[in-house]
Amino acid sequence: MSKLTLEIIGDTGVVITRRFAAPPAAVFQAHTDPALVQQWCLGPDGWTMPVCICDARPGGAIRYEWSDGGAGGFYLTGEFIEVEAPHRLVHVERMHLPPPGPNPTPDNRIETTFVADGAGTLLTMRMQLPDAVTRDAMLATGMEHGMEASYVRLEERWSS
Amino acid sequence: MALNLDTTLAAMADPTRRAILARLARGEATVNELAAPFPISQPAISRHVKILEQAGLILRRVDGARRPCRLAPGALDELDPFLAMLRKGMERSYERLDQLLARTHPRGRKDPA
Repeated sequence: MSKLTLEIIGDTGVVITRRFAAPPAAVFQAHTDPALVQQWCLGPDGWTMPVCICDARPGGAIRYEWSDGGAGGFYLTGEFIEVEAPHRLVHVERMHLPPPGPNPTPDNRIETTFVADGAGTLLTMRMQLPDAVTRDAMLATGMEHGMEASYVRLEERWSS
Repeated sequence: MALNLDTTLAAMADPTRRAILARLARGEATVNELAAPFPISQPAISRHVKILEQAGLILRRVDGARRPCRLAPGALDELDPFLAMLRKGMERSYERLDQLLARTHPRGRKDPA
């Protein structure tokens, strides 16, 4: 199974790709059914998502809340803009992090496509940030939900 | 390695300070020179410079009466190791998704077209 690629595009873009051994409809569902999102979109081991709102229709709300079972916790909010099952999603999202960072983070606009690739799926996420420094800062603070837990973990480890 | 990402990000979370960093990326400049393009006072620019200096993003040297600023070498590079770590967190999520999909879509089974 090929792994994640993460490419920085120009000053403000990031493109992430990943292949999955299931058809686009299944991968799309895993990204839009909250009961499924809660099972996998957790970042490093030890984190859970006690709250998952994922109303996959244009204008529908997104809210993911992560917990490490203790004091660690943060959440993401967003809205769907375009929903074309099973091949394309467009949404905006922002992270709500503990101080002193920017809170919430600037809006990240993400187009996600699910394209048949043999018997599997090529997932592509194209992210667009407001400016280059924000882009770099968001890479560091974890613009993508799965990434964020890593950051919190790492920060705790490195700040001790 | 003295890593203080919070301080770095807080320092970069201001558009004037980002503009100062962008100016210094082109070369050394004094506070007066940095203040020139901005509609705000030189003391205000000095405060921004101080925050950037405390965050380790810029350095100042003494040159007679001048104290020019420059970008600290590698200051923004401290973001790079995070990229690698963050990818790991994301990849861990996708490994879980692989497992989830393997249960619902065993290899060889195809959805009806």
